[in-house]
Amino acid sequence: MGMTTLRIKKILFPLLFTAFLMPLLCSTAFASEGGVFTPRLWVWLFAQLHLYFAAFILSVPVFVLILELTGVIRKDKRFDRVAREFLAISVVTHIVTVILGVIFAAVVFSLYSNLSGYMYKAFSPTVKLYAAIIIIDIALLYLYYLLWSRLGSGRGKLLHLGIGLLLNLSGIAIMFIANAWTTFMMAPTGVDASGVVVDLWQAINNPLWHPMNLHRFVANIAFGGAIVAAYAAYRFLSAAREEERARYDWMGYIAAVVSILALLPLPFAGYWLTSEIYSYSQQMGITLMGGVFGWMFIAQAAVIGTLFLGANYYLWCGFERAKGGAVYRPYVKYIAIVLALCFLVWFTPHTPHLSSLELKEIGGRFHPLLAPLGLMPAKNIAVNIMILATFVSFLLFRRAVRSSSVSWAAIGKTIQAGILSAAVLNIIFLGVYYGYFADSVYKITSSIPQVLTTLFALISCSVIEFFIYRGGESVEHKWGGASERSQYALIVLAVSFTWLMGLMGFIRSAIRQHWHVYTVVRDVSADAFTPTISYAAKVVSIITLIFLAIIIVIFRISHLRRAGEDR
Amino acid sequence: MGAYRVILLVTLGVYLLLKGIGFVYGVALPSSVVSMYVFFTFLVTVLIISVTDKGALSLTTPIIEFLYKEEKKKLRKVVFVVLPFVLAFIAYAFTKPSYEEPFTLRVVHPAPPRIVNAYDRNIELEKIKNPIRELTGDAYEEAVHDGGEIYFKNCFFCHGAKLDGKGHFAKGLNPAPLPFTGKDTIAQLEESYVFWRVVKGGEGLPEESAPWMSVMPVWEESLKEEEVWKVVTFIYEYTGNEPRRWEK
Repeated sequence: MGMTTLRIKKILFPLLFTAFLMPLLCSTAFASEGGVFTPRLWVWLFAQLHLYFAAFILSVPVFVLILELTGVIRKDKRFDRVAREFLAISVVTHIVTVILGVIFAAVVFSLYSNLSGYMYKAFSPTVKLYAAIIIIDIALLYLYYLLWSRLGSGRGKLLHLGIGLLLNLSGIAIMFIANAWTTFMMAPTGVDASGVVVDLWQAINNPLWHPMNLHRFVANIAFGGAIVAAYAAYRFLSAAREEERARYDWMGYIAAVVSILALLPLPFAGYWLTSEIYSYSQQMGITLMGGVFGWMFIAQAAVIGTLFLGANYYLWCGFERAKGGAVYRPYVKYIAIVLALCFLVWFTPHTPHLSSLELKEIGGRFHPLLAPLGLMPAKNIAVNIMILATFVSFLLFRRAVRSSSVSWAAIGKTIQAGILSAAVLNIIFLGVYYGYFADSVYKITSSIPQVLTTLFALISCSVIEFFIYRGGESVEHKWGGASERSQYALIVLAVSFTWLMGLMGFIRSAIRQHWHVYTVVRDVSADAFTPTISYAAKVVSIITLIFLAIIIVIFRISHLRRAGEDR
Repeated sequence: MGAYRVILLVTLGVYLLLKGIGFVYGVALPSSVVSMYVFFTFLVTVLIISVTDKGALSLTTPIIEFLYKEEKKKLRKVVFVVLPFVLAFIAYAFTKPSYEEPFTLRVVHPAPPRIVNAYDRNIELEKIKNPIRELTGDAYEEAVHDGGEIYFKNCFFCHGAKLDGKGHFAKGLNPAPLPFTGKDTIAQLEESYVFWRVVKGGEGLPEESAPWMSVMPVWEESLKEEEVWKVVTFIYEYTGNEPRRWEK
């Protein structure tokens, strides 16, 4: 009875917290004019919630398939078991996603009938295709899950992997179709002068479609990984048995690694999307980065910084897993200092918050010393080095439990250090020289060699690392010995990802300002204005809390089901 | 050294360093930025210390001892009596009325409209080109020279003889006139954007983040279109800046 009460409290607490936070929305002056629950708020709420779950269920099968394949190749049953447990969470989440999707569609069609009518008319063939693929996707998911044991070996396993591949392809197709609608609303192409879609393929293949496809695909994996890692952390923290702690320590490790590896290229995908938005419309680009949403980007920078710090903190705590890790402990402070410096540059605003006295002293809104740090070249330098620093943490984290048997290990590590140092110098040179002392044409394009430098360093160091530790022995260490602090870092990672997705999703959608479909279908409703930063932040935070509350309930269900299966 | 002493020393050190930089440079760093930097330094220091079990213990032990140890009873009583007063003072300091004018998160570069109606026609900003850039040799030099004359007859009173935003009237204006020197103002903008700002002035600023309160005149009323392009070209040439471009 006592335990049940405790469990109920755990579930109810976030819900009650959300209920208490909801009145915050009422405090904003304009919310009272049209009531708190305006049509826009309903659409915003269900669109974001549906998107969170959709992102999660599309990402989980990607790494379930990778884990299952790894298990087959390495003949390690642990991968198979953890992959199945990931999928079990996804199965429960699928039902919630479908329910939220139906509610979202109903809300949009009833509250914004003109827009939905226009979109349906323009994209009706794709809507039918979308519905058909969803049915196929659900069927494949259940086949993949239910046949896991029956197709567990030999040719059956190959067939099972084939089903997993098809499931992923259908998931990607669903996302691509939905992305076509969303990006068309931002960058409509294939329309005539009166706004009617005359070329469906052009409307789908608009300038933002592929950047968004890539960005969402990578972000979904990072997000899904973080949520599953948080699930493992939750199970780890509530585990009563040693064996359970060991299992969830390992599961958290796998999910965190997947999430961190996806996090590393994510800023590049985001940069491509933003650059395409600028190319499509200077007005939308300036609104996004320099205009009214500029300060949302400072909030976004703070959350991204938390993500990088959370990920690194988890890795640093992992140095303690084995005795060998103690060698790498002194490096933590240096990596942390590099990360901190980059992060400070990353979130220094171009036009800082100034009191009127400071404004008079400076003589304008730009501080002569700090203003250059507020520009994109400085941010590019910072984010590239942050990625490399996180990569170094990851290498040391792996080395803590590995020993090398090759004679040239020291030379290999020196070469890696050389590559990383040269990469950092090159990134700084490219950013400073082309960003501040060369023609603006090169300023924009110099970000490409910066990204290539980072990618080169990541790939070449990974290859060297692989050969150094190939055939080496695993240093003795015990799963289940992770510190509780590291598990909280995983939970922070999941919360930050969720928050970040909500914030960025709002910015991306809101830069259309008073347009439903940019320059084609105008929003003539009372909610057509751009909300204040404070209101938007509150709405996004509340939606994040609701999502996390539902996720906790799903974790509980998965937990109970797993306990039943174990019995 | 105790964990809390390390945190205090590092945080205080960074705070003094930031204040020192402002002092040496002659222009203090904004307090909002300093507080963000100091808070982040504090956070990272706590994280570094708490990575190891020993470090984490050194952070939690003093708190646990303070809350539960018998020897700390007197200190506990003092802290729990004083703490509410400290919090009350902080709350008071935050809520008491201030005579300082409220600060605003002004958007310095508002998004330009797609189409601007100027000189009796609709101008698409994304398509318009600076005609002065098509000139070469002496003709170009002459146009830039003309732009300089127009600047010193009209703009320099606010934007300054060195184009650094420190003209005679600058101290009396809020928002202050924009400097054109440095790499972070006009160097970030396309020429069509600068053209729009000159032609439409403060009155033509969009509603986004209003009220603007800018006294920039609507130069369309007193300068010809060609003269505006000449002065736009001049401010780029004089400051050694290049306008933002997508291709050469």
